[in-house]
Amino acid sequence: MRFLMMVKAPENSGPPPKELMDAMGKLAEEAMKSGEMIETGGLGPTAAGSRVRLSGGKITVTDGPFTEAKEVFGGYAVFELKSKEEAIERTRRFMELHHKYWPGWEGETEVRPMFSMTQQATAR
Amino acid sequence: MTSADTHRTIDAVWRIESPRIIAGIARIVRDLGLAEELAQDALIAALEQWPAEGIPDNPGAWLTAAAKHRAIDHFRRNKRLEQKHEELRYQLEGRQNVPDYDSALDDEFGDDLLRLVFTACHPVLSSEARVALTLRLLGGLTTAEIARAYLISEATVAQRIVRAKRTLSDNRVPFEVPRGEELASRLSSVLEVIYLIFNEGYTATAGSDWTRPALCEEALRLGRILAELVPNDPEVHGIVALMEIQASRSRARVSASGEPILILDQNRALWDQLLIRRGLAGLERAQKLGGSHGPYTLQAAIAACHARALVPEETEWERIAALYAELAQLMPSPIVDLNRAVAIAMAFGPQAGLALVDQLAAEPALQSYHLLPSVRGDLLTKLGRFDEARGEFERAASLTSNARERELLLERAQHALSLSNPHGRSRIHPDPER
Repeated sequence: MRFLMMVKAPENSGPPPKELMDAMGKLAEEAMKSGEMIETGGLGPTAAGSRVRLSGGKITVTDGPFTEAKEVFGGYAVFELKSKEEAIERTRRFMELHHKYWPGWEGETEVRPMFSMTQQATAR
Repeated sequence: MTSADTHRTIDAVWRIESPRIIAGIARIVRDLGLAEELAQDALIAALEQWPAEGIPDNPGAWLTAAAKHRAIDHFRRNKRLEQKHEELRYQLEGRQNVPDYDSALDDEFGDDLLRLVFTACHPVLSSEARVALTLRLLGGLTTAEIARAYLISEATVAQRIVRAKRTLSDNRVPFEVPRGEELASRLSSVLEVIYLIFNEGYTATAGSDWTRPALCEEALRLGRILAELVPNDPEVHGIVALMEIQASRSRARVSASGEPILILDQNRALWDQLLIRRGLAGLERAQKLGGSHGPYTLQAAIAACHARALVPEETEWERIAALYAELAQLMPSPIVDLNRAVAIAMAFGPQAGLALVDQLAAEPALQSYHLLPSVRGDLLTKLGRFDEARGEFERAASLTSNARERELLLERAQHALSLSNPHGRSRIHPDPER
């Protein structure tokens, strides 16, 4: 099963501490070596982004930054795993590193099954 | 958290951690079967304790520590191994200074895992035993899951695994990574196991049971691990590239009603571009390492020709034909020749393909292979020789054991019969590869 993990946090959190970056680098390396993380990436600031919305039959384009949003997506990873529990366990480890190396940081990682090879995105 | 939730979490932690725990313990006790038993004991302890006490903060470290304690107990019970016990204590005490589990994720883990891969795929074992042991020890699959995937009884799988472990023990197979000249042949044994697992999942027609595609995912995962652990071997990247590209077509190759869809008829929008991109990158890496002429890399290069074509008309058939010719030299097989004939027909016209197919007609290995008459029927149709084509399709239909395929072949026989109109639609059978 393929999962998309998207991490969300306040945009003004500032740059992450070096210790966190190192620990996350190690975690990512391990996830690559275990053959489970098949893609990962970070997102630029919302100031450089836009929203294209269809509403009431009208398409409107709003340029960033998205100041009204409490938390915005900052990065993502794609994993191929056997179960949702594994996805949660992987994500928990990712969040624990934030807790350990970035005191006071708060955020959320959304874990979503993707349709892929097995098309079992809704299973379990 | 309910007890059921806890059990599922334990399951997940076990899948993530078990290969490294088994490998780490095996390095210490020097016996794979024993290592697995000790790791299993640790799992049982977790199943007993975690539902009541809660899941520990670092479940992986907990399981590792529990397995190590069981290893110590095992040696304590065994007086004749007193000396080894001391040795072990020494090793363990050295390792207990590791304060946090993150920093234990070092290269040593990679080495342990590699030892595990090479031992599970040791040539002293039958290929069935290697597959079962690999899925069990590296994939963390249960005996029941392996049985379901292979449509065999759980008892058979269990027995296969027990025997395999005994064989390793009886032959005193060392728990180590082979070196020097031995490495190449042992590595090809590992690749063979991975590809066997992949194909078992990939060739399964339809079936809603998740375990079959799960075998593909498991093989891919093992391949990706190996590519990280043995980064300089071109064929490792070649096999991963081959699997990534083949897997990219999974969603397109079977219709909603379960019938197989051949490559030229597939909806390419359903191809998984992430896997294709990874596959093409892996192929490039294999080629840069000088592996262009290895069997897996050649097959990956053929798969890549299809993957790169946004529409079937863009397929580089000449290149595919040349790659099949090279593959045929390397591992002569009438099936490779048949694929080559199809590519030649696509590149240079049906007459050229037919000439090669006719040479293969006498091949004993293809006497009951339905794709031979099926391909021949297509080429004859393309050449307007409809009567002969019909005969070939009928023969193909009588040779296939798949009911749905037989139906399709008979439809084509019927179609050939009705093609008296020179402007009638005729089409070539695409590459019989999947």
